[in-house]
Amino acid sequence: MQDVFLITIRRLRAPLILIILVFAFSTAGMALIPGADPQGHPWHMSIFQAFYFVTYTATTIGFGEIPYPFTDQQRLFSTLIIYLLVIGWAYLVGSILSLTQDRTFQQALVGARFRRAVASLSEPFYLVCGLGETGVTVVRMLDRLGFRFTAVDRDERRVQALELEQLSLDAPVLYADVRSPETLAMAGLLKPECKAVLALCSEDEANLGVSIAACLLRPGLPVIARADSPAMAASTSALGVYRVISPFREFGERVALAMRAPDTYRLLAWLTGAPGSHLPPSQPPRIPAAPGRWIVCGYGRYGREVGAAVQRAGFELAIIDPSGAEIPGLLCVKALGAGAPELREVGVEIACGLFTGSDDDTANLAVAIAARRLNPDIFIVMRQNLLSSEILFARFGADMTLAPPQIMATECLALLRTPLLAEFLDLVRAKDNLWAYALAESLRALVGDEAPLFWSFAIDDDEAPGLSDVLRRGKDAPAIGDFSRSAHAREDRAPCLAVLLVRGPETLELPGDEVGVRLGDRLLFAGRRAAKDNQSLMLSNANVAAYVLGDRRQAEGWIWRTFEKALAR
Amino acid sequence: MNLEKVVFAFVILLAATLNFGFVYGGVENPAHHHIWELFAATTVNLVAVVLKFGDRTHIGAVQQAASLVALLQLLAAGFFWFFLAPKDATPGPDALSSIVSLAAGALVANGVSVVILIVDTSIQRR
Repeated sequence: MQDVFLITIRRLRAPLILIILVFAFSTAGMALIPGADPQGHPWHMSIFQAFYFVTYTATTIGFGEIPYPFTDQQRLFSTLIIYLLVIGWAYLVGSILSLTQDRTFQQALVGARFRRAVASLSEPFYLVCGLGETGVTVVRMLDRLGFRFTAVDRDERRVQALELEQLSLDAPVLYADVRSPETLAMAGLLKPECKAVLALCSEDEANLGVSIAACLLRPGLPVIARADSPAMAASTSALGVYRVISPFREFGERVALAMRAPDTYRLLAWLTGAPGSHLPPSQPPRIPAAPGRWIVCGYGRYGREVGAAVQRAGFELAIIDPSGAEIPGLLCVKALGAGAPELREVGVEIACGLFTGSDDDTANLAVAIAARRLNPDIFIVMRQNLLSSEILFARFGADMTLAPPQIMATECLALLRTPLLAEFLDLVRAKDNLWAYALAESLRALVGDEAPLFWSFAIDDDEAPGLSDVLRRGKDAPAIGDFSRSAHAREDRAPCLAVLLVRGPETLELPGDEVGVRLGDRLLFAGRRAAKDNQSLMLSNANVAAYVLGDRRQAEGWIWRTFEKALAR
Repeated sequence: MNLEKVVFAFVILLAATLNFGFVYGGVENPAHHHIWELFAATTVNLVAVVLKFGDRTHIGAVQQAASLVALLQLLAAGFFWFFLAPKDATPGPDALSSIVSLAAGALVANGVSVVILIVDTSIQRR
């Protein structure tokens, strides 16, 4: 705010001094020029009357000749000062208007507003650096999950685009260079409410800069950094940040997973999907089994990942690349890929799969449409670059569409949403088809098609004060099954499923209903929000916990318990 | 020679001298205190305040504060004149003594301003 004030005053110094001088001159002149009262006696305006006249004349209000009609001398002088005053006034107003248009001034205003908004954030929030496709996707998901965040980007247009987004909560967004630690401090890095930093810029150097700043200024704060090149990923990991995500590697891993275990892929996509996303009702993408030929169109960084994945799976690989990449031992064609001749050359009729991996959505669609016409049975995996192309990709209906921003965003969110979720998802990734199918179906039976909510807690005094109170009173250990009992009628079940139990170094996946729970255990649940609310009632309230665990006598207040004890004696 | 510095020193000195000219004389004697001198002193002080705006140095901040004090005192003196003087006449001895003492307060602040100006000038190397 001080900046704004200083800039204003500095810019307006000249017009203000001019106005003061012109006003002083006019006031003095009006008070000195002789006038006449109605009786014709000589009369002089007082300084105050002169100032009053000058004020309403300068601002073009023009109340007229007050208090008595002017003499000709007064009118002559008035004519002169009107020109002076109007020029001075116009100069001042013009300066103010041009100041409000001034970029420096506007930036100072925006900066001041941003600082205030960040300072008033009193809930936990995330700091998002970089508002490209990935950043915007992350921000949208954070907003939908009800998390607060602040965001910084170097590009003013992206910041403006985010301001136009329909976010449920107003988030402070700043247009500034994320590489400067001052910007990060402004965006709330030093506030204790800042729970994590997400460095999602498209430039690796910027992400590294953010990671370094965060590691030095807030040691121990989780940092999730995007790193495109392996070298940068290595140097970012060396900082000890929480997780480094490479969009290309994640992309390749998804394709490889879909190839190895389609049901696991489907389950993961459902679990990590945006809130409200549905379980794909149809069969998961069944990639044809090896042997066969795959065509990779666009052999960039994504194409290389996918090519490696299909080769590992035992397929033969052919490449179409506009820049003419030559890989020894592979059939390579230099072309765009959308024409029938080049597609025939790499054998589209006999190929079983096609990947379109260029950074241009139109080109990808063109290739896919051409290939589908030549070979209706070909399995098509597409890379979607822009979120805005969603409608075209949905209409085309490729067998698998992967949007790198979406993948990055779901990765980040999985890490942030709740503790233990990342561990659970890592565990799911290693599972086979059958396990994933069984889990997907049992979850679906429990919570419906919509993506389940995840929540986790530790059984200790902080997160489950009510339950640990009951446990300490010597009740029998509750079983996992008791956690899904309704707090209102304990025979009823709330729709939730325990998916992970962590006890010290041990991890137990999908613990059965009969597994006992002890103090200090950590649990991850999946289910509906109602189930979560129901469970938090039991965790926080000792009486509810006692009721749910089935001990009617303990389900009373402290006074009644003491009274009963006294009676028993 | 820097024209900006000349103007700055000129305004500050003029503010102090005009202020002194108004205050000088018997405190209750209307013949020694003229309304026009008060008007001029107030105007020049107003210019001085605006000139000093936006200076972020420590010495600049003290200058600014001194000028603001002087302006406030002079404006108060002006209001006293406006409300206590009978129409189209000079104020009585009681009113005039309040006006002059307010202006004398402004003179102290203006004096501080001049001292700072001299100190600031003398610590310059060239």
